[in-house]
Amino acid sequence: MFNYTFYWSIVWEKFPELLQGARITLEVTILSMIFGTALALPLSLWRRAREGVGHAFATGWVELARNTPALFQVYMVYFGLGSLHIHLPSYFAMVAALTFNNAGYLAETFRGGLNSVPPQQLSAARSLGMSAFSAYAYVVFPQVFQVVFFPYVNQLNWALLNSSLGMIIGLRELTGATQAAQSESFRTFEFFIVAACIYYVMAKAIETLAQLASWRLFGR
Amino acid sequence: MIEIENVRKSFGTLEVLKGINLSIEKGEVLCLIGGSGSGKSTLLQCINGLQSIQGGNIIVDGTNVHARDTNLNTLRQKLGIVFQQYNAFPHLTALENVALAPRVVKKQSRRDALDLAREHLDYVGLGSKADMKPSGLSGGQQQRLAIARALAMKPAYMLFDEVTSALDPELVGEVLDTLRKLKESGMTMIVVTHDVAFARESGDRVAFFDQGVICELGPARQVINDPKEERTRQFLQRVLH
Amino acid sequence: MQFQLPYSGLQWSDLPYVLLGVWNTLILTLAAATFGTLIGVVIGWLRQDVPVARVVLAPYVDVTRSVPLIIQFILVNSSFALAGIPLEPLWVGVIVLSLYMGVLTSELVRAGLGAVRFQLKWASRSLGMSYWQELRYVSAPLALRTFFPGWIGTVIALTKDTALVSVVGYVELLRASQVLINRTNEALLVLAGTGLFYFAICYPISLYSRRLERTFQHD
Ligand SMILES: Nc1ncnc2c1ncn2[C@@H]1O[C@H](COP(=O)(O)OP(=O)(O)OP(=O)(O)O)[C@@H](O)[C@H]1O
Ligand SMILES: [Mg+2]
Repeated sequence: MFNYTFYWSIVWEKFPELLQGARITLEVTILSMIFGTALALPLSLWRRAREGVGHAFATGWVELARNTPALFQVYMVYFGLGSLHIHLPSYFAMVAALTFNNAGYLAETFRGGLNSVPPQQLSAARSLGMSAFSAYAYVVFPQVFQVVFFPYVNQLNWALLNSSLGMIIGLRELTGATQAAQSESFRTFEFFIVAACIYYVMAKAIETLAQLASWRLFGR
Repeated sequence: MIEIENVRKSFGTLEVLKGINLSIEKGEVLCLIGGSGSGKSTLLQCINGLQSIQGGNIIVDGTNVHARDTNLNTLRQKLGIVFQQYNAFPHLTALENVALAPRVVKKQSRRDALDLAREHLDYVGLGSKADMKPSGLSGGQQQRLAIARALAMKPAYMLFDEVTSALDPELVGEVLDTLRKLKESGMTMIVVTHDVAFARESGDRVAFFDQGVICELGPARQVINDPKEERTRQFLQRVLH
Repeated sequence: MQFQLPYSGLQWSDLPYVLLGVWNTLILTLAAATFGTLIGVVIGWLRQDVPVARVVLAPYVDVTRSVPLIIQFILVNSSFALAGIPLEPLWVGVIVLSLYMGVLTSELVRAGLGAVRFQLKWASRSLGMSYWQELRYVSAPLALRTFFPGWIGTVIALTKDTALVSVVGYVELLRASQVLINRTNEALLVLAGTGLFYFAICYPISLYSRRLERTFQHD
């Protein structure tokens, strides 16, 4: 630090590469959240059933996803499947691993949300003559939605941060792209500071949008 | 003696106490009555130094509560207070609830503090509940526990803020009995209450609060049976009928 | 010993290396959990009770939570290198993970202290207790009940996050197993063993924490 001069211009030259990386980061994050949500819905219902194959399967998934490192999950998809001769490109491996992770966490979030609605709410709705479908759609689901909203946004932020693991399997998402961009000049510090700022902005943007949406939707 | 001189208190722009003057003699029971939001609880909190004031003085045995150099922790040992909500420490048994302050504030030995606590639990009729956690006690028992806890500090004054309002009707009696017993022992008390009958029977004087001022102050029987002020009359009519 | 699993390149002589990885994972977790908890308790209390601290600490809290840990490791590593005092990977891990654990812990401390009703504090103060006596005998014990289950969850998260310190060259378990994979081409087998190890640590603890949470709720 004493005789080190920071050298930023080289970072600006490569800035488009970082932005390209940020795009991939967002893609991977959003795709894995969409697939993760789609899988978490049945998983959470199976978890609520007290027994059966579905329950065992969902429990196994949830506990594995939550009790092993995300990086391990990435390795499993990328290297582990590789030894079964299933070679996924790092992009798909990353989406798959994050989907597995998100689904595990979101299933628990959804289960908590469903449990937070008292069963009387459903019977009250049914007693007013609603069909099971409308009772869920108009009474149960809106309440669950409100309970899971912020935990869901949290998971989205987690996924964003976790997508940085892509670097380790050679994916050029933001972290990987930064790693690659700094490899010629070895200006590691400068490059990663800029990457950190981009992550910060993305995370804050998600947080702000979520807050705005929450005011709009729930008035709080 | 507690002297309250021209006390003003505001929350932001809302003036809650608008110049209160009162003095409470040793051995006296003063009851405060008045409508919701008139500032009774706030006054008790100010006497205890739990709230700051914006004007006037509160003087307890010659010590100005709100002066900069007053040691509130010492002063508060003189002023027991019991609140409307149950405030027993949920992680401690009844006995430990009472023994805590004597131990940590007065630095009594564990043994002495526990003996003292047992004595005070007996006094409020909770001797058999000593080892129960508050969650196992009824509302009335929790309020009596709070009274025992305050008494164990051997205060010179006791302040009660609607200690029966949160209770089921059948539990009110046991708490009021404790207050009566305390009055008999000569304790100086300020009692905020909605229970006009209690104020008439047990109060020496009654002060009627209305919108941050004392509207009427006088001997308990006179204020309640024969109020001089129109607003006091209206209030009493509302609560008595 | 030349024991070999059938068709596998794994050998008993690989065991010390794996054990080194296990050991490194454990000491890193232990160190970061200890320092992180100490940091977290102090800043959690500051953030709850000292308004100025809330503002001053906000950037630290914010950045720690919105920048990927990998990047935090790389940045700490390279800033010490630039300053001319290169740091052992273990210490890079300890610094970053302690600060990170500190933030997570501080949230729990805040939530715990914030959940203590102010009337209970008033009751304590009205008995003549000082601020510190009230904190020590009333607020802290009450906060501890909500804090503890969450804290255990954080330690689990920390255990898992130690895997990331491999990016600055720390040979923790996952890194050790990757080296083995490269040599033996037994990815699935080695990874399964590794995963089992993490799972065997984290799962029982998380079960325990869930049970605690339930008992405290009923109390
Ligand atoms: N901490 C506070 N912040 C802002 N306003 C407050 C606060 N505490 C009390 N107030 C307001 O001060 C006024 C007086 O409140 P106080 O609790 O002293 O009334 P009270 O006479 O005890 O009424 P009640 O019979 O309902 O207990 C009320 O309008 C109340 O809303
Ligand atoms: Mg009141």
